[in-house]
Amino acid sequence: MSAAHDHHDAHGDIGYHATLKGYATGFVLSVILTAIPFWLVMAKVLPPDATKFIILGFAAVQVVVHMIYFLHMNAKVEGGWSMLALVFTAIVVVVMLAGSIWVMYHMNANMMPVDPHAMRNMP
Amino acid sequence: MSSSSSTLTATGAAPVFYDNGDHHPEGSTLLGFWMYLMSDCLIFAVLFATFAVLGRSYAAGPSGADLFDLPLVAVNTGLLLFSSITYGFAMIAMQHGKVKHLLAWLAVTGLFGLGFLSIELFEFSHLIHEGAGPQRSAFLSSFFTLVGTHGLHVTFGILWLVTLMFQVRKLGLTFENKRRLVCLSMFWHFLDVVWIGVFTFVYLMGVL
Repeated sequence: MSAAHDHHDAHGDIGYHATLKGYATGFVLSVILTAIPFWLVMAKVLPPDATKFIILGFAAVQVVVHMIYFLHMNAKVEGGWSMLALVFTAIVVVVMLAGSIWVMYHMNANMMPVDPHAMRNMP
Repeated sequence: MSSSSSTLTATGAAPVFYDNGDHHPEGSTLLGFWMYLMSDCLIFAVLFATFAVLGRSYAAGPSGADLFDLPLVAVNTGLLLFSSITYGFAMIAMQHGKVKHLLAWLAVTGLFGLGFLSIELFEFSHLIHEGAGPQRSAFLSSFFTLVGTHGLHVTFGILWLVTLMFQVRKLGLTFENKRRLVCLSMFWHFLDVVWIGVFTFVYLMGVL
């Protein structure tokens, strides 16, 4: 694409290739993906529940954009091992987040109501 | 010594190396650093999960809607985003071997990072001054831990950045320095990715 892509320095290749076009694309996309959620929340365009799902969707897309354009992630980096580590981490993170929220929500919902007077005297 | 096999036949007593290093490319540092980032990601995941569980436990204290100043958070998000692209420009300057450009863009990145930190510290001191410190409620404890850990990462990122600026000035664009710059670029962009989660999950959803 550009000269940056073909450039190999005398000290050897460090296996990293940034391009101006890639960074510019990533930056424009992430500005858009940041501005819309802030606008949705600050201008109160939609009901809160709908806004919640939409901004979570925008965040997920923006994470992918950053991964591709800023962190230069693809299936070929380090022979695929980076991607494998990323997928493994993503699975662990999803299990940890979803599991914590799920379990703790149900614990709160199924907890026996505590008398406020008794709670005040608890150790 | 021409090659290991000829030495072997010549003396018959030379050690045999089964590992000649062919399958150990220099790039493994980057993979190792990526592994570190992934484990760091797990630290943040735990803090996010803690915030998800405790984030609505206000203990009759202030909620996110009462406390958070979204325009300020928007400015902070912008600063971090700008610092990401200026680091990108620094990396492009590095690829072209332009040391002066590289140092200038690194300095700009560091200034954006400092701006981000200043606003965050201002926000924290403002909250603590209002009596909404980390000890006020479970929500605020988890908030300060999560956002504070991110801020601490940015602080160390800036220290690392300044260190590398001195390294590049002193030693030039050696292979090692380039490798370090690439590692810091991954670290810096990774912090931006974490911040996406923070502003969405903590600030925006906190005021909804």
